[in-house]
Amino acid sequence: MSLELITAICFATVVAGTPLVLVAIGELVCEKAGMLNLGAEGMMSVGAVAAFVIAYWSGSAAFGLCAGILAGALLALIFGLITINLMANQVATGLAVAIFGVGLAAFLGKPFEARVIAATPPLTIPVLSDIPLIGRVLFQQQSLVYLTWVIFGLVVWFLAKSRGGLVLKAVGESPAAAHAVGIAVNRVRYLAVLFGGAMAGLGGGFLSVFYTPMWTEGMIAGKGWIALALVVFATWRPWRVLLGAYLFGGVLISQLFVQSSTLQINVPAQLLSALPYLATIVVLVLISRNAQMIRVNSPASLGKSFRAD
Amino acid sequence: MTNRRQFIQASVSGSAILGLGLAGCSKSDDKKSGSAIKAGFVYVSPIGDAGWTYQHDLGRLEMEKSMAGKVTTSFVEKVAEGADAERVIREMASSGNKIVFATSFGYMNYVEKVAKDFPKVVFMHATGYKSGENFGNYNARFYEGRYLTGVIAGKMTKSNILGYVAAFPIPEVLQGINAFTLGARSVNPKVDVRVIWVNSWYDPGKEREAAMTLIAQKADVVTHHTDSTAAVQAAEEKGVYACGYHSDMSKYGAKAHLTATTHHWGAYYTKIAQEVIGGTWKSGTIWGGMKDGFIKLAPINASVPQPVKDQVAKIETDIKAGTFHPFSGSVKDQSGKERLGAGKTMSDEDLGKMDYYVQGVTSKLPKS
Repeated sequence: MSLELITAICFATVVAGTPLVLVAIGELVCEKAGMLNLGAEGMMSVGAVAAFVIAYWSGSAAFGLCAGILAGALLALIFGLITINLMANQVATGLAVAIFGVGLAAFLGKPFEARVIAATPPLTIPVLSDIPLIGRVLFQQQSLVYLTWVIFGLVVWFLAKSRGGLVLKAVGESPAAAHAVGIAVNRVRYLAVLFGGAMAGLGGGFLSVFYTPMWTEGMIAGKGWIALALVVFATWRPWRVLLGAYLFGGVLISQLFVQSSTLQINVPAQLLSALPYLATIVVLVLISRNAQMIRVNSPASLGKSFRAD
Repeated sequence: MTNRRQFIQASVSGSAILGLGLAGCSKSDDKKSGSAIKAGFVYVSPIGDAGWTYQHDLGRLEMEKSMAGKVTTSFVEKVAEGADAERVIREMASSGNKIVFATSFGYMNYVEKVAKDFPKVVFMHATGYKSGENFGNYNARFYEGRYLTGVIAGKMTKSNILGYVAAFPIPEVLQGINAFTLGARSVNPKVDVRVIWVNSWYDPGKEREAAMTLIAQKADVVTHHTDSTAAVQAAEEKGVYACGYHSDMSKYGAKAHLTATTHHWGAYYTKIAQEVIGGTWKSGTIWGGMKDGFIKLAPINASVPQPVKDQVAKIETDIKAGTFHPFSGSVKDQSGKERLGAGKTMSDEDLGKMDYYVQGVTSKLPKS
């Protein structure tokens, strides 16, 4: 395999993994506060359609992404109202949000189907991008790819080192105890849910504005569900989420390269298509199979409503 | 999944419920103009502005225009190839439509069922293999256009690698890949065609990834047998060439778009309507090609040199005159086995059973 080919595969892997990183890291923060929002697919869909429509009208990808963030957060706000204020079941509400979001996006996006916006050129970072292999893979990407890394870094720092992260985790572990020491549990949970929605919307926007770039119904194609699965299989640890997302992207891209190469591999194409899902889950389950670590890392109050008595 | 048109799979079963609601969004141009007959169209995907369904809708509009006052039409888009299709087809037949056009492979068995219950209604099904008393079927020789795009691609490539994004390994798709390869090899024997299967008729993200992968492997002309314009857009972005499919996709890639194999159903739909009105319609099967106007090439890009255009025009004339068949012998498959003897042309039966790659395709055909 030539260096050029490896570079091409790695480059495409980073692109394919980026939306998953965004959505999964948002969901991780949300779940760390004890809020299980299964609506990622729906929030990504409305984010994608809003981002595309605004980018189409304004001609600006940045405006589009802002709209995507807002749309995702807005849908998350509805989830918050129902589960935090009205204390409805989070699983059922999350599923409803997923279904509602996908349908709403299809409805709103109807007039924009098959419209095209100009592709945004990548943002090449001088000097660094000249390094062989790494330069092409890491420093000739879309601006949002870099932003994803920044967001990821901030979330890692926030969860591990900041007081805010501690508060968030306390709420997720024991809302009653957090409440007792004077933390506004539901406010923290709202913020976490909104962040999750915003990231899902941004991930959706990446797909419709940077990746395809077009809007079509069903274009999210299950990526929201994969992101949810990543968080669980990565046992709520950010670095494993990152690994899982790029692993998924890597296998996805590699199977395409295998198909079109002259290698004689006699495997049904359907199986190759399923490979990214299988590989990601198997690897994450293997590295995270320590039951005690799962118990330690999974937020104790995940999915449970809280009422301050 | 070897459905002719796969319903865009909703990721949650629940969204299919919403889909049912949307499938009801039909538009009717019913003007109740005296003796006009009604014709109904069932579409598998949204009309959009390029692709399989879009071309059928152009056909509907053309028929409506040329039969003004005699035919009124209505359509239902995004009808899944399942029980929902039967409901829609039955509804169309029972609401006074004299002709029902069902434009996707997966509707076949439902059309067959409903046709028996409505003997006075004419049912026309696209791309299937069944027919009946009041149930005809029609299809197009897409491979004729593919051969010509192959000739252009073979002349325009510098890397001698051509890329092909394909949906499912069914005979219709394999005919396209093989015709494209034979066309390219007829003018450039060094050409090597690479295929990626995306296992979906319509998934812009995956189609794009596949096209990008082919381009990364040095393919400098890509084409696709999937429904979106993603491959053409990817080619435009990467500065390579593309051949569109279904529709003229030049507005998605002004520089990239060399030409496209386009589908034209309008004249045929008009003919069927005239026959039904005149009482001369008979059930049957038609597999129309360039000669019948079912298949045309989109305008060829200005970057293609005139001699190539002339050569393509010559072959096109020969195909129309019946003096040239894209699958004429000898045709060898990848393993070197002769599938068609020298001097022979392939029978429709053999075409309909195609399950191999010809020499020149370097990818391996997946087992299905």
